[in-house]
Amino acid sequence: MFGTAIIVFREVLEASIIIGILAAATRSIPGSRRWLVAGLLAGLVGSGLVAASTDAIGSLANGIGQEIFNAIVLGIAVLMLAWHNIWMSSHGAALAANAKLVGRDIRDGNSECSVLLVIVGLAVLREGSETVLFLYGIAASNDGGQSSMMLGGMVGMLAGIAVGYTIYAGLLRVPMRWFFAATGILVLLLAAGMASQAAHFLIQADLLPSLAAPLWDTSAVLPESGLPGMLLRSLIGYDSRPAGMQIVFYLTALIAIFIGMKWAARRPRQATMQK
Amino acid sequence: MKHLLLIALLLPLTARAADYMLTIKDHQFQPTELTVPSGTKIKLIVENQDATPEEFDSHALNREKVIAGHSTATIYIGPLTPGRYPFIGEFHQTTAQGVIVAQ
Repeated sequence: MFGTAIIVFREVLEASIIIGILAAATRSIPGSRRWLVAGLLAGLVGSGLVAASTDAIGSLANGIGQEIFNAIVLGIAVLMLAWHNIWMSSHGAALAANAKLVGRDIRDGNSECSVLLVIVGLAVLREGSETVLFLYGIAASNDGGQSSMMLGGMVGMLAGIAVGYTIYAGLLRVPMRWFFAATGILVLLLAAGMASQAAHFLIQADLLPSLAAPLWDTSAVLPESGLPGMLLRSLIGYDSRPAGMQIVFYLTALIAIFIGMKWAARRPRQATMQK
Repeated sequence: MKHLLLIALLLPLTARAADYMLTIKDHQFQPTELTVPSGTKIKLIVENQDATPEEFDSHALNREKVIAGHSTATIYIGPLTPGRYPFIGEFHQTTAQGVIVAQ
């Protein structure tokens, strides 16, 4: 039961953390909650579909379909998180002042909400499909002890959701003047971590060179099987044995999105002056 | 892929040098210890003969891949430095355990 709880916890954790951070980051955008829930539901339906077609996806492209699928999902999520963060940088000040969004900004707000839907949907879809497969495997086996394992699954799921909620509740307590910087940095690190994971899948599929694998090995100090390693993996993309190429992707995403945010934070002031 | 597998199974000597086979049956890996050369990229082919899905997972190799029931997956690993690289089937980790030995 304990083993089952940990597996499900690990799968749920990442999606839960992403949702927790985004729910906090978009709290002052009208209607964002509805879109978030819609994303969650779409993701759950999607994870069922992906789980059911694991065999079909896996056999695509000479047996590396799963890696390509994961890399594409992660790639889209990185782009969406980048978009989200850059949008927040240009509207953060207005949202912080609780000003009503007007004209062009309302349309922007709607597209921001659909971005939210996509990010949450993809996060749930990717982690959820593995959980579905795992639980299906338990249900289908005749080893006995299914009910205790299912109970373990429930415990793991609730624990994962609790971590996401804790992060959400914690972020809401951050003072307003630090709030957008805090959520911005968290989303930035999430995106960079996902870029690194995408590279990881492309290396596993032999579509990218690994460039020094591993670049370092901190598995003895901070293993990913432990709780701190697990949390850091979901939060900032920690990898105890990363390939060099993963670091290249991580830093590229980090720097590119950061520059986009700085650029966007300057622009709206000019636009306002022109009005 | 099926053909390649069949050939690999029937004629192990003529299989491509970089291909290595693992089989999952009754939630156990066979062989449980697989010796591979170090310093070169390796194409690992894992056949899941069970009806339920399994996840090949190795922190040491930095690899994870879900393998559906009754299906075959390809995983590229290495180049490895000489050493022992344990792996598990995450969905049945009490029984599904093995190690890749790079020499």
